[in-house]
Amino acid sequence: MNRLTIKLPDIGEGVAEAELVEWHVSVGQIVSEDDLLASVMTDKATVEIPSLYDGTIVKLHGEVGDVLAVGSDLIHMDSHAQGLEATTSNDSLNETQQRSDRGTDVTKTNATKPSFIETPKPEDIDSQSSSQVSNRISQPESTASNTAQRPAVMRAEGAPVLASPAVRARARRSGIALEQVLGSGPAGRITEVDIDAYFEHGVNSHSSTHASVRSQRFGEETIKVVGLRRKIAERMAEANAKVPHITVVEEIDVTELETLRATMNDTRGDQPKLTLLPFISAALCRAVQDHPEMNAHFDDAKETITRYSPVHIGVATMTPAGLVVPVIQHAESLGLFDTAASIARLAEACRNGKAQANELSGSTITISSLGPLGAIATTPIINLPEVAIVGINKVATRPHWDGSQFQPRQMMNISASFDHRVIDGWDAAVFVQTLKKLLENPALIFLES
Amino acid sequence: MNHENCEVLIIGAGPGGYVCGIHAAKLGLNTLVVERRHPGGTCLNVGCVPSKALIHVADEYYKASQYTQENASGIRIGSIEFDLKHSQVWKQGIVNKLNSGVSGLLHRAGAQLLIGDAQVVDGKTVDVQTDEGVTRYRCEHLVLATGSYATPLPGIPFGGDVLSSTEALALQQVPNSLAVVGGGYIGLEIGTALAKLGSQVTVLEAADRLLPQYDAALTKPVADQLKHLGVDVHVNTRATAFTQSVLHGEGNGKEVDISADKVLITIGRTPNGSNNGINSLGLDRHQGAIKIDKTCSTSMRGVYAIGDITAEPMLAHRAMAQGMVVAEHIAGKTTVWDKRVIPAVCFTDPEIVVAGELPSQQFESATFPLAGNARALTMDRTDGFVRAVYEPNTQLLLGIQAVGSGVAELAGEFALAIEMCATLEDLANTIHAHPTLGETVQEIGHIGLGFGVHI
Repeated sequence: MNRLTIKLPDIGEGVAEAELVEWHVSVGQIVSEDDLLASVMTDKATVEIPSLYDGTIVKLHGEVGDVLAVGSDLIHMDSHAQGLEATTSNDSLNETQQRSDRGTDVTKTNATKPSFIETPKPEDIDSQSSSQVSNRISQPESTASNTAQRPAVMRAEGAPVLASPAVRARARRSGIALEQVLGSGPAGRITEVDIDAYFEHGVNSHSSTHASVRSQRFGEETIKVVGLRRKIAERMAEANAKVPHITVVEEIDVTELETLRATMNDTRGDQPKLTLLPFISAALCRAVQDHPEMNAHFDDAKETITRYSPVHIGVATMTPAGLVVPVIQHAESLGLFDTAASIARLAEACRNGKAQANELSGSTITISSLGPLGAIATTPIINLPEVAIVGINKVATRPHWDGSQFQPRQMMNISASFDHRVIDGWDAAVFVQTLKKLLENPALIFLES
Repeated sequence: MNHENCEVLIIGAGPGGYVCGIHAAKLGLNTLVVERRHPGGTCLNVGCVPSKALIHVADEYYKASQYTQENASGIRIGSIEFDLKHSQVWKQGIVNKLNSGVSGLLHRAGAQLLIGDAQVVDGKTVDVQTDEGVTRYRCEHLVLATGSYATPLPGIPFGGDVLSSTEALALQQVPNSLAVVGGGYIGLEIGTALAKLGSQVTVLEAADRLLPQYDAALTKPVADQLKHLGVDVHVNTRATAFTQSVLHGEGNGKEVDISADKVLITIGRTPNGSNNGINSLGLDRHQGAIKIDKTCSTSMRGVYAIGDITAEPMLAHRAMAQGMVVAEHIAGKTTVWDKRVIPAVCFTDPEIVVAGELPSQQFESATFPLAGNARALTMDRTDGFVRAVYEPNTQLLLGIQAVGSGVAELAGEFALAIEMCATLEDLANTIHAHPTLGETVQEIGHIGLGFGVHI
């Protein structure tokens, strides 16, 4: 029997600890060398830890969400040579354990995890109500011997509402429409207990007009915030708490820009299709030449503002795991198609989780775009320690009064937020007007200054 | 003219009005009840109460008369004497006692009772004519509880030997012969009593059987007993004229002539309203009765109606319950009319109690005959039965009916069971004292569940 230990390796960049975001293996599982064991996340990137040996997993150290120190034990395993029989015979047992271990990622509140629930008697309420629901669906006539109460019975449309005079009076005094209350008593009679339950669950009731199809739902799901989501939560909270945001919303006529974009796309040949983002990126690069205070970091601890000559544009990107911000390095040096290719590559890398750490850091200003979901206005949150973020809202054809008549124009709003500690409202407004002028007259973007 | 103000003005001190008045006053409302004659209304003065007194006298007399003949009880008496005048004095004593009882209850609750004629001027103004003159009352809430009167039969107007229930209950002598027009519960109660007191009674009913609103099984024991008492029953027959102690009727294509010293017309009751200004309010009506919602509000804001003027069933206990609802509603409570059942009792022989649904295609029923009940046997009356009507799937009790001697006192249990939404199991699992008629209620629960014990 050869017990092996796999430790959390040094994952570079000088990080001392990493957050465990996923186990790829479970206790009892047989793994081969190079099989993935776990994913950990640092401030910069997610790193996958491969197995160094063939063997059977004996113990996992830590749960998803735990922060582990570099060099600490990650996994204990027995070398493969020590016999398959003994380990496989435990497979089914261990699998059960595995589920409960991995279940911490997305945990249903149930009797085994009472600590996630704050109500005084979580097991009773939840187990009873959930069994009521299932009884109601599968066996409406069931007497539910495993529950203290009969299942509350759905009332058919127009069926009489049964309750004793005292219960009716209590309901009236409490402003409860008894039609909304499920009856757990014989023949669907509404009892005092049912009124109590209705109070407990509040307005979480079915509509009487759809009494036959909609039921009250009980129970709750607690989702542990781990990994990227926890990171996002921390950063958003920090930015929103620390930075007094000023958001300027401006309307931009992008008719000419859209015409230009269409022309370029028609003649692009093998080059990537241009979205609006490369143009916005180019306009930003042009605009920050006149407004260097926008392309900057503010270190409030050191009380310094660092203005940057290069423009590293962060592009807020949605991935299955949540929001990430890959960075177009030296956007000021890229042509439109280069920018487009860069954005496409970064987005793909992020969605696959393959983005390199240096691709996810170092931005000096950020663009946030929701594309067709872009709404009319948004309130972007600054990507610390930057001082400006430009939100792109959706393009829509709107009537525009040209002085004598309405003209259909392609209109788009931008919602730009600034760190009001270091950017004054006036400067913010001037910057937005500069962007507006550039985007409405795209030729200006490409004129040498 | 004097002017006075009050919060609640109730016209009529019948069961609806006086209960409303007592409750409103107890809820702290400044309440005035105006009554034309005696407090207690039709029920107490010329209806339920005096008729029950008369029925009691008739039953006692009839029972006694049975003991003058060969009978199984071992009791034998020689002869009996009877003086209806004497009975009327006793009956009036009861009525008077209850009259003053109602006055005292109103007084103690803090409500004012005014004997006088009320004339409705508008929805918030009522003129009351008393011995001292006319006073104009302004009220915030007006409650109409003016009751009903016996509907006259076209062609045979009331007066002389043509009686309504009021006069029939005040007869000083038992008529040799009596014709009852209308085989509903009022006509049958009085007709049966007078038959027991020795009248030759004939009943004319326009429908094809007596008590036509109930099912035939329920009314059969009553029809059988009427036959036993020698009462002639003509169904499908209408009375057309009454001349020289002969009542003419026609039906089934033939005419009948019935000699009758007195004719009792009991074809129904009509809401009061024409001579007290209520009609001038122009309230919404439905088939002559004032339309009300579940708070007993009429179509005019602040005007309520309770009791017989709000249509069938014209029953004292319904009016009382409405009176409670109105008082609480005016006092700002959330009370509404949400009753599941209004029981009804016919003090015929044997008595009939009806609560809730009668048997029908949709429902199932369980019946237990009184012949299987020990108490009925010991009281020597085994005709009749008790019956549950219930929803087949849930076994929810929807109705209970009974016919039998003494079953009237079961009406409360029937109503309670239905109002509480009892199921057959509730009936079956409730211990009923032995030996009582009430055991039949437990028994119909058992029978409906498929395991009748005493059958």
